[in-house]
Amino acid sequence: MIVALAGSAAGVFAGDWTGFRGPLGNGLSDEVGLPVKLSAEKHVAWKTALPGKGLSSPLVVGDRVYVTASGGTRQDRLQILCLNAADGSVIWKRQFWVMGSTMCHKKTSVAAPTPVTDGKLLFAIFSSNDLFCLDLDGNLKWLRGLTVDYPNARNSLGMASSLVLAGDVLVAQVENDSESFVAGLNKTTGGNLWKIDRPKSANWTTATVRRDKAGQEQVLLQSGKGIHAVNSASGKVEWHYADGAATIPSSALAGEMLFVPSHGLTALKLGADGKSFEQKWRSGRLRPGTASPLVHGRKVYSLNNAGVLACADVDSGNRLWQLRLDGPFGGSPVVADNHMYIFSEEGLAQVVDLTAPEGNVVGKMDLGEMIQCSPAVSNGALFVRSNGHIWKISRKTRL
Amino acid sequence: MASVALGLGGISLGQAADGEFARAVATLRAVGGEGQGNEAAGQALHRLAKGSPESIPALLESMDGANPFASNYLRGAVEVIAGNTLAKGGALPLVELGEFLLNKSHDTKPRAMAFDLIRRADAEAAERLVPGLLSDPSVDLRREAVTRLLGQAEGLAKADNKPGAVLLYRQALDAARDLDQIQRISAELRELGRKVDLTRHFGFLIDWEVVGPFHNKGRAGFAEVFGPEKDAGLGAEYAGLEGKVGWKKYSTDDEYGMVDFNEPYGALKEVTGYAQTEFISASDRPAELRLGCKNAWKIWLNGELVFGRDEYHRGMRIDQYQLPVQLRKGANTILVKACQNEQKEEWTVQWQFQLRVCDATGTAIHSLPKKNAEVAAK
Repeated sequence: MIVALAGSAAGVFAGDWTGFRGPLGNGLSDEVGLPVKLSAEKHVAWKTALPGKGLSSPLVVGDRVYVTASGGTRQDRLQILCLNAADGSVIWKRQFWVMGSTMCHKKTSVAAPTPVTDGKLLFAIFSSNDLFCLDLDGNLKWLRGLTVDYPNARNSLGMASSLVLAGDVLVAQVENDSESFVAGLNKTTGGNLWKIDRPKSANWTTATVRRDKAGQEQVLLQSGKGIHAVNSASGKVEWHYADGAATIPSSALAGEMLFVPSHGLTALKLGADGKSFEQKWRSGRLRPGTASPLVHGRKVYSLNNAGVLACADVDSGNRLWQLRLDGPFGGSPVVADNHMYIFSEEGLAQVVDLTAPEGNVVGKMDLGEMIQCSPAVSNGALFVRSNGHIWKISRKTRL
Repeated sequence: MASVALGLGGISLGQAADGEFARAVATLRAVGGEGQGNEAAGQALHRLAKGSPESIPALLESMDGANPFASNYLRGAVEVIAGNTLAKGGALPLVELGEFLLNKSHDTKPRAMAFDLIRRADAEAAERLVPGLLSDPSVDLRREAVTRLLGQAEGLAKADNKPGAVLLYRQALDAARDLDQIQRISAELRELGRKVDLTRHFGFLIDWEVVGPFHNKGRAGFAEVFGPEKDAGLGAEYAGLEGKVGWKKYSTDDEYGMVDFNEPYGALKEVTGYAQTEFISASDRPAELRLGCKNAWKIWLNGELVFGRDEYHRGMRIDQYQLPVQLRKGANTILVKACQNEQKEEWTVQWQFQLRVCDATGTAIHSLPKKNAEVAAK
């Protein structure tokens, strides 16, 4: 029987934010007591300048925050920083030379993909397809230059797929118009365990990971060709939903259900055998924009490119309500304590009370800088970054 | 500790070197593609990162001639040593770092890193070094000196000393290799009433022979070997999309050297075109072909395929692709294939490329006049 990944790797503790959209990759946090009626004076615990650009999400392990950035005139200095979550001071910073291409669209940057950690090792990839593994004290353990190894693996608009961990396999999704592939890497050495060809088409989505009771992980790869479920140990495709999918917003996994940005939003019930799926419903009215969909309780949420947040019944896909937010949005929302937190590209934080009958914006705060990342939630705080700064947003006095 | 000479690509490490150090460096320099050697490298790096700040110049020196993986590993060691030293209020070996920086026989990246370390340890010392970096082989170091000159030139312009400003801007332009600085300087010079030849500054190739169109139905033209790939003789004729086609002269007057196939052939879709030119090199020498192109493309030098890429309309910029090649003395033939796809959006009209020949710092290498080709070959 297959169940949703429980995120219990050694070194990771409850409350850590360990990858793109959190430890389960679904944007959900079990934190309570986050500020709701946001106020810069009351709730910006600290703000720290970053040495480079980026839209990757911060990670949090214990009392440390990790974030990537790209500096230099050509964004050819790849930076990984560790900050003290208590006061925002920089504990260490490492900088490496870019090995691949730095070319990307002006709205994005070389530090676009979000790193991932197992609580002991930090894995950071950049749009240049340069990949670094460090311990949490900043000691480099190994590195890869995937565009050096595979010279046509690049995208002139920039790459953005975040890394995921499937047990001891680090999955790097390097999908583009030319030399397109996904590699399963040995997380200890960085060597290839497997490498599979992927559709030759630009893709910025991030994979989802399932784990069965025996501990075997399955990697759900989304692309314009749909969803390929791949055995994390072998790289072999175990099933394929072939009806196409978006190449920017990523799927959301909730239990046995996978919500795929496909023809709007398509709900797939995944077979307990790990070899099959069944389509439960499809709604063209729930088409996500750049932000990935999110499932909370018995409801699924989708935010479109017009800034309209739609809420639907998770079992039927029937739309229950919609709420216009101040967009546009480049990042994805997170939910904690029945409140959704989302940051617009204009730098406006918005808090939606999901218990209100039709949703209700109960908090706003202008950070004054373009924000395109998905926030991290940990230890009673939100962490969000722009091209120039990283913020901690929390009640200054803990509950 | 005695100085030890090490056989690492001909480098000689200084006083910080010992056998263990040398073995660790050798392990890092042996790292190859696809993660080969990563496991051993991690252990070697652990050893090197425990070194004293005095080992930093030797670590920088060991980057000379190293592949990009090894350079980054070695950088990882330097980062840890320097970070820990400065965090504890310790000192970096400024004199040795400065001497390393000033020795231009070393690779550009470790020299630029030496400058960054000097700046972190003593910003004033770094600032004093900047004027000497104006013609440095390192683009990063050059940029520092150009930025300084720009500030001085702006000061003169504001003080209404136009002759002084123009001459400083000219110096800055001659040294500048980064597009943003070049564009800023050229705008200032033009504002001051001076002419700027950006085409020559960059070294864009503007005189070509072109032939086409051939098909690119279903994007199959990228892989198909059309006539010009078999025989690029200027007198040759080929079976084109609609009958026989032959080479014809094409010159661009675009400041950034854009070769636009839409000009001779119209705004076609699902087509392939070729352009070739002759580049007369004064010597056998390494060079880079630097290409900007948002269509699928291939490029050959003297009949040898250099590289190709089948990506369409994801963006284009100057020096998008930097392709190391070896020029031969005399005439060199450069052949470019550019494929247009089926997309109909407004932003997919372009069927074009820009190409320049330069050295590794981005300094333009100009072709000798064609009449000199025979002389150069001798």
